[in-house]
Amino acid sequence: MKDNFKENIKVSVILTALYLVLLSGCKNKVSDTIELNKVNTENEVSIGTTQTNDYAVEAPPFSDGIFPCTDCHKNLIPNPVRRVLVDWHDDISAMFNHDSENRWCLDCHDLKNRDSLRLASGKLLDFKESYKLCGQCHGEKYRDWKVGVHGQRTGNWNGKKEYFLCVNCHNPHSPKFRELTPEPPPIMQEDIK
Amino acid sequence: MKNENSRRSFIKNISLATFSALALSGCNTKAFDDFLQQNFKTLSKKEKDIIIKNLGIKYKEKYGKEFHISDKPAIDGTLFGYALDLSRCVGCRRCVYACVKENNQSREPQIHWIEVLQMEKERGIDFAHSTAQYNPEKVPEKGYFYVPVQCQQCKNPPCVKVCPVKATWQEPDGITVIDYNWCIGCRYCMAACPYGARHFNWGEPSVPVEELNTEVHYLGNRPRMKGVVEKCTFCIQRTREGKYPACVEICPVGARKFGNLLDPDSEIRYILENKRVLILKQELNTQPKFYYFFGI
Repeated sequence: MKDNFKENIKVSVILTALYLVLLSGCKNKVSDTIELNKVNTENEVSIGTTQTNDYAVEAPPFSDGIFPCTDCHKNLIPNPVRRVLVDWHDDISAMFNHDSENRWCLDCHDLKNRDSLRLASGKLLDFKESYKLCGQCHGEKYRDWKVGVHGQRTGNWNGKKEYFLCVNCHNPHSPKFRELTPEPPPIMQEDIK
Repeated sequence: MKNENSRRSFIKNISLATFSALALSGCNTKAFDDFLQQNFKTLSKKEKDIIIKNLGIKYKEKYGKEFHISDKPAIDGTLFGYALDLSRCVGCRRCVYACVKENNQSREPQIHWIEVLQMEKERGIDFAHSTAQYNPEKVPEKGYFYVPVQCQQCKNPPCVKVCPVKATWQEPDGITVIDYNWCIGCRYCMAACPYGARHFNWGEPSVPVEELNTEVHYLGNRPRMKGVVEKCTFCIQRTREGKYPACVEICPVGARKFGNLLDPDSEIRYILENKRVLILKQELNTQPKFYYFFGI
């Protein structure tokens, strides 16, 4: 009887010890995860605030020697009559395919300030801000572009980003994308030696 | 009893002697170290540093180039997600080859981590009738659309589940990686992946030395060996440094988007919240973090 009692005590002591060990183990785990969560939220906040609202953009892709426009235009008398250009900018006339039925040069370029673009409101616009001009009609694209969904960005996903302007990918006078030559297809399974 | 003991000690001693002889012989200690190397996940910082240092020496001997090998862990508070605009992709395969170059994929035998599938508009997304072999003069072809497929970085990855040696696992930032040294080449993961995203090095991989990318991550684009499985890691060597994956940067139509799913201001979150999004083979419950959307 006594022996049994001793045995029982022994067993219960061992069990309690085990239980305590287990408990402390659990406690440690819980506190670990809480700490981890803390770290996570702190980092999330800092990551969330990296986005800014000003747009770092690539330089507009002018053809060689075409800018500033005033180099040539300062000596010319402005002619506001809509016409097909023949002597100069005939290349643009030839390719022009951007609602060409209803629009022509002076819907986007300014008659007097040749080095500026012009919004429909009459407001003058630097060539570096041409996206605002595009955004007048293509509001949905403009909205997607601003958040980085339309078009392309370079830089860091968690930091400073640079935007390609609309005109870095689309020719403003003929904005539809040209077809591309594809890279070679993968080797067929039956051609693998 | 005594006899048994002495036999045991004899075996013990002889094996010890062989091991130490091998270790001391010097010529093959590195191969020996390689052989005894543990699973990357179980290594301490110190052990990792030694392994990476030795790997650098090995690459220098093999390729004559200085490699920068990183083992940078996941950034806290990030879960990477990817989105691809099906309305923009023209199937030009620029991404395929940018990926090959960035990630040191074998040229011969050829391995491509990205496969661009051409599908008929009339059929919709239909893998059975798609092809990766299209080769016209110009793309896009009329009546077709293109679905590039690569590792979908599943939240519930079947490839990880089936690995018998735990050589592949999901990192805290959601990238599923492979420890090439621990991979035994059984290819169970390839059978388990419903997207065909894993590729096996059937032969000794070959990359022209001048085209080797020396900015590598241990769990990503470091040169692989024959007999191991590899796959897209969202360019772990770039994205853990804050850069965009190579395929995102090369895409000439801007169809590829990448970001942190935990950052409410990221472009990826904007897409999930504002666009119509689909995932491939949703019914399999793999829960990809690679989303396809229609951006038009």
